[in-house]
Amino acid sequence: MSRSIKKGPYIDKKLYKKVIELNNKNDKKIIKTWSRRSTIFPEMVGHTFNVYNGKKFFPVFVTENMVGHKLGEFSPTRIYKGHAGSERSSKVR
Amino acid sequence: MARIAGVDLPSNKRVEVALTYIFGIGRSRAKEIIEESGVDPDTRVHKMTDEEIARLRGIIEKNYKIEGELRTETSMNIKRLIDIGSYRGLRHRKGLPVRGQRTRTNARTRKGKKKTVAGKKK
Repeated sequence: MSRSIKKGPYIDKKLYKKVIELNNKNDKKIIKTWSRRSTIFPEMVGHTFNVYNGKKFFPVFVTENMVGHKLGEFSPTRIYKGHAGSERSSKVR
Repeated sequence: MARIAGVDLPSNKRVEVALTYIFGIGRSRAKEIIEESGVDPDTRVHKMTDEEIARLRGIIEKNYKIEGELRTETSMNIKRLIDIGSYRGLRHRKGLPVRGQRTRTNARTRKGKKKTVAGKKK
């Protein structure tokens, strides 16, 4: 079920504050974050986030098309390189 | 033979059903359209007057996105997901289920016909 409209989109407040601060200073710094659950806001377009995927921080450059998705959608948590000895494994990516 | 929205030629079925042959129109939309046009849903397509057909065509063209236009919209949506590199795009690219279904078994609609892999012998 999707989230109630009444509540508005979810974002971690700390992360939002950081983005606003950077915007005010007109600064572009990479923001390291664990908050995969945060929605991408229009204010975040053009920033780069290092989104944790359980092992390392995956760089995500936010473009306009990504608004409304969650940060975690762009930082894959599983690596699957295909089974041993199967040819098509390397083709699909 | 009636021709609505380009290539569609529904047969001697009831209008209500015949309309669902158009991509983008199912039973509920067909009912909506028929109600708005005031055509009897039980009439067969070949018995309809030209005027009735024209009325249906007008309503469909005005209110609904169908056929090619609808297909382009969906494929553009999928393309967007792929281009932004999201998880859902990745699943589309790999031809696997997109909405978190299991893939250990089933998921045959997305994965296509079964490809048997040689198992290890006991």
